[in-house]
Amino acid sequence: MNRFLKMFALAACAVMLVALAACSGGEKAEEKPAEKTEAAAPAEEAKPIKAGFVYVSPIGDAGYSYAHDQGRKAVAEMDGVETSFVESVMEGADSERVIRNMANDGFDIIFATSFGYMDPMKRVAKEFPDTAFMHCSGFKTAENMSNYFGRMYQARYLTGLVAGSMTKSNEIGYVAAFPIPEVIRGINAFTLGVKEVNPEAQVRVVWTKTWYDPALEKDAAVALLDKGCDVIAQHQDSPGPQEAAQERGVYSVGYNSDMSGFAPKAHLTAAIWNWAPLYTEAVQQVKDGNWKGNQSLWVGMDKGVVDIAPLGDMVPEDVKKMVEEKKAELAKGNDIVFVGPIKNQKGEVVLEEGKKADDGQLLGMNYFIEGVVGNTE
Amino acid sequence: MTELIVPLLAATVQSGTPVLFATLGEMFTEKGGILNLGVEGMMSVAAFAAFVTAYMTGSPWLGFIAGGIAGMLMATLHGIVCISCLGNQVVSGLALTILGVGLTKFLGTPYIGMAAPGFDKFAFPLLSDIPVLGNIFFRHDALVYVSFIIPVLFWFFFRRTSLGMAITATGEYPQAAAAAGLKPVRLRYLAVGVGGFLVGLGGAYLSLAYTHLWTNGLSGGRGWIAVALVIFAFWRPGRAVIGAYLFGGVMAFQLRLQASGTNLPSSLLLMLPYALTIIVLVFSAFRGRGTEAPAALGTNIEPEG
Repeated sequence: MNRFLKMFALAACAVMLVALAACSGGEKAEEKPAEKTEAAAPAEEAKPIKAGFVYVSPIGDAGYSYAHDQGRKAVAEMDGVETSFVESVMEGADSERVIRNMANDGFDIIFATSFGYMDPMKRVAKEFPDTAFMHCSGFKTAENMSNYFGRMYQARYLTGLVAGSMTKSNEIGYVAAFPIPEVIRGINAFTLGVKEVNPEAQVRVVWTKTWYDPALEKDAAVALLDKGCDVIAQHQDSPGPQEAAQERGVYSVGYNSDMSGFAPKAHLTAAIWNWAPLYTEAVQQVKDGNWKGNQSLWVGMDKGVVDIAPLGDMVPEDVKKMVEEKKAELAKGNDIVFVGPIKNQKGEVVLEEGKKADDGQLLGMNYFIEGVVGNTE
Repeated sequence: MTELIVPLLAATVQSGTPVLFATLGEMFTEKGGILNLGVEGMMSVAAFAAFVTAYMTGSPWLGFIAGGIAGMLMATLHGIVCISCLGNQVVSGLALTILGVGLTKFLGTPYIGMAAPGFDKFAFPLLSDIPVLGNIFFRHDALVYVSFIIPVLFWFFFRRTSLGMAITATGEYPQAAAAAGLKPVRLRYLAVGVGGFLVGLGGAYLSLAYTHLWTNGLSGGRGWIAVALVIFAFWRPGRAVIGAYLFGGVMAFQLRLQASGTNLPSSLLLMLPYALTIIVLVFSAFRGRGTEAPAALGTNIEPEG
C-alpha cells in the first residue's frame, strides 16, 4: 500500500509539472488567436462590421489555412471592418463552441474554412438568425448560411500545361492525398493540361492517404523520381515532395500557396487559392445589407479565387505566354478544362467531342482519364 | 535491373534508419530488464526537441544531441516510476506514449510548417565509389553513417565490456547480480537512460534528416514498430539491423509498386509494412518461444525484507 502511495504521489507530481509547463506555454499560444486587427478608419460613423474566421490548422508559412488567412488580411484592410480568427480548431464539437462564441460576441459574418465545420455551423446558424454564416467546401445551407468553394481544377489544368512543357522524360509524378472527387478531378485536370501540350507524356500517381506527412510524402516523391519522373506535382499541404524534387535537381509543382520558398530551384508554379476577392465581396454585401443565405458558390478563375503562382525563371517565354493566354480564357469565364473528347483509362469515351462536363459530373468524378498511370482505389 | 534495385535499397536504408535507432534503444533498455512501451512518445518529443534546438541554434548536430537528451529525460520518467516506485512497466510505458504524443502536439503546433537546418545527403569519401554498395549505403546524410556504427558498438558493449555484462546480468537475474555485488537499480537506470537516448536519436532523425520541416505526428507509428522489432531481433543488434531494413524496404517497395502503375489498391499496399511486422512477430514467437528475452524483463526488483 505504502509503495503504491509513493508511486501515485510521484506520478501525480510529474503530471502536475508537465501540466504547469504546458499551461505557461499555452498562454503564449492563445495570445495569437485573440489578436484583432484594427480597422483603418476608426472615425467611421457606424459601428464596424466584424468578420470572424475559423481555421482547421495553424496558419504557418504556407498551405491551406495560410491561404485563407491571406484572404482575411484583405478583408481587414477594408474600411470599417474588424477581423478576428481562431486557428487549429478541431472539427466537430470544438468548432461548434468556437463558432458559437464568435456569434455571441456579435460577429456579423463568420467564415468556417473546413469541411467538418458544416454541421456545427448549421446548428449555430439556427440560433443566430441575424448573423451571416459562410462554410467552405460543404454542401449544406440555411436561411443565413451559404457555402463556397473554388474550381481548383482550373488552376491544376494550367499547372499541367507548364509541367507538360517542361518534362524531358515524359514521365510526370503526382503525389496524391485521398481518392476523393476533389483530388481525382485535380489529377485529371492536370493531366488534360499535360496532354494538351505533350501527348506523349503520362502522369504517374502515388497515394499516401495523408493530408500532411512530410516524411511519407517525400518518400512517395522519391519513389516517383526513381521511376524516371522529372516533374513532381502534389495535393498535400507539406512541402516534402518539393524538397525531394529540389534535391534531385528536377522540377516541381506546388499546391495551396506559393511553395517556391521551399524549393526555389525546382518550383515551376503552384495551383493556389486566392480567397481575397470572395471574402471582400461577401463582407461588402453584409455591409451593404444585401448578403444572401442559401447560396452555393463554386467559383473559379473568373472571380480570381483560384490562381497559379508566378512561373519560375526556368520556364521559357513561349510557355509563359501560352499559359497566360489560357488563363485569360478561364478568367473570362470560359471553362475550357473538361471539354470532350475525354476518355477514361480503358480508352472508353466518357465525354463526347465538344461537350462540356456539367457540375454534377465534375463533383462526382471518381475515375482517372487516359494518360494517368495508377488506380483510384 | 540494378537501375531499379539500387534506388530501392538506398531508399530502404533511409526509411530503416529512424526505426533502427529506436529498435536499438528499446533493446538496450530491455537488456537491463525494463520494458518501455513509451518509444512512440519518446520519439515524438525527441523529434520536436531536435527540431526546436536546430531551429533556435542553427546547428543540426546540437539538435541531434538535444533529441537524444529529450529521449533520455522521457525515459528517466519511466525509470522513476518503474525502478524507484516499482510501478507497472506496461502501464507506465503506455502512459509515456500518450504523454509524449500529446505534449508534442501541444508544444509543436505553433511550429508546423517551419523549416530548420538539417542534415543533407553527401557522398562519403572513397566508400561511395564502391560499385553498387557505394550507391546503396554511402550516399546518405551523416546520421545514416552514425547509425552504421551504433550496432557494432552495441555488440561490443554487451559482449566485451564488464559494464555491458553487468547490465545483462541485471536483466537476467537481478537478485543474483545484487548478490555478486552489482547495483541493479543503478544499472537499470543506466540501461533505461542510454536506451532512451538512442530512441531519441531516432526521433531526431525524423525532423532533421528525413525532412527538415516540422509537423505533428512525425513519428507515425515507428515507435511501435521498434518495440515489435526488438522481439523479432531476439535482442541481438545484428538482427535489429535486418529487421529495421526489412520494414524500411517494404515501405519503399510499396511506394515504388504504386509508381509503376500497378492495379493493386493503394490501401492494401500502404498496409504492407505493418502487416509484415505482425507476420514476422508471429513467426519469431514460434521460433524463439520467448527463451531469448532477458529472463527478468518486465519484472521489478523487489526491495529486500
